[in-house]
Amino acid sequence: MFDPHKIREDFPILKRKVNNHPLIYFDNAATSQKPRQVIEAERDFYEKHNANVHRAVHTLSQEASQLYEDAHEEVAKFINANGMDEVIFVRGTTEAINLVAYGWGLHNLGKNDEVVLSLMEHHSNIVPWEILSKIKGFDITYVEVNDDGTLDYEDFESKISRKTRIVCLSHVSNVTGIVNDVKRIVKVAHEHGALALFDGAQSVPHLPVNVKELGVDFLAFSGHKMLGPTGIGCLYGRRDVLEKTEPFEGGGEMIREVSFDPKKRRCRISWNELPWKFEAGTPNIAGGVGLMAAVRYLKRLGMENVKAHECMMTGYAMKRLKECGNVEVYGPKDPSVKCGIVPFGVEGLSSHDVALFLDSYGIMVRSGYHCAQPLHQMLELSSSARASFYLYNTTEEIDRFVDVLKEIEKI
Amino acid sequence: MVAVEDYVARVEETCGEEKDFIVIFKYDKKDEAVAKILQRAKREKSISALIFELTFKDISFRLYSTGKAIFRNLREKSELRRVLAELLL
Repeated sequence: MFDPHKIREDFPILKRKVNNHPLIYFDNAATSQKPRQVIEAERDFYEKHNANVHRAVHTLSQEASQLYEDAHEEVAKFINANGMDEVIFVRGTTEAINLVAYGWGLHNLGKNDEVVLSLMEHHSNIVPWEILSKIKGFDITYVEVNDDGTLDYEDFESKISRKTRIVCLSHVSNVTGIVNDVKRIVKVAHEHGALALFDGAQSVPHLPVNVKELGVDFLAFSGHKMLGPTGIGCLYGRRDVLEKTEPFEGGGEMIREVSFDPKKRRCRISWNELPWKFEAGTPNIAGGVGLMAAVRYLKRLGMENVKAHECMMTGYAMKRLKECGNVEVYGPKDPSVKCGIVPFGVEGLSSHDVALFLDSYGIMVRSGYHCAQPLHQMLELSSSARASFYLYNTTEEIDRFVDVLKEIEKI
Repeated sequence: MVAVEDYVARVEETCGEEKDFIVIFKYDKKDEAVAKILQRAKREKSISALIFELTFKDISFRLYSTGKAIFRNLREKSELRRVLAELLL
């Protein structure tokens, strides 16, 4: 049975106090807290198995390599990829998207091409394409969002064309928590001969995600938002697409051979097999091991249960926030189309004021643009506060959060 | 010689239209900083001795007893530094 009170016992940080109040951590869309199973997995790696991977024949290196490969396999199974060759370990979602931009986009996009993004994207799914567009000269088309922050599918379908080479959208908005219809988007993209990349930073930690069922060509996500360590994340890529993608970074590990041609006085280089072709240099091995522990933890709980808990929490928070006369919840009012994120504002106060006020009571929420300034512009918000939940949050914490927000009326 | 940096750990400058400066005082100096500011600024309102709405030379700001302050409508960091110097030194 899914019991957040019992789950909390695995998270040492949740026992601490902040500003003399019990910690209530509602900033999970920024990063999640870590269970002791993840912390111990990293420590165990450094205490017992630490060595570089794929470099040496000695025992420690073999153990480290096996663990690192097991981590790829574990993630592959978690998202139902065909195998670890489709799972590249990177620093996080940002690096994963940059890998696609520079590994695929740099070699495949030109003046007559178009990339489709949306106005609900995180800056990490805007900036790499804007930079690359200046280099390669392709167009970028932004799909509109409706007044409630949902994606305008009609606008998407009207904007996609034979010029579109890749569609890059969020699976779940990091501001509103809206879950986009990935299958619908992928179907339209593929009908037009375009690839589909999804930013899964806010979906993979919170929902069951099956890359084969969704049909995505690329999926980017971060380990630290799904109970894993910082500095480790993944790019899923369909094998045939990855084979046509060039390495983003060069160095050791990602090559099969670097042979010097004495006549040409140049080196001839051949790439390593997938996924190592994209993992140049010594990777974040301990991070990978920690991520494996995080994935195992999530699998043990069951992603359907995680999703159901967060849906319940979102609905409960939205219902209780109605009691606060000066609080406005932004985005869609139907919690069933959302995923664990509640953006809100308090009349007469900036989002930073709200966050500092809540912080005084030990409640951590995010304030500002959440790296999604265009969406705030579209929703005509100068900024927003954001409460985001995860598997260890409880309705009692929401009760406390609402009670403190009621105090804010006194300001 | 005491300096603003002796009291201030970090300053967060927010992006966008709401150009706020959030000042985080050093943990071991926060009580002293809060006391000095409360002495020098005009208190408009306070909630449970936790949050103080203050003004100082036409600049309005909010001070938290947890050791943080949010300054609004300042154009430059240098202006913030000048105000902090007057409040703290």
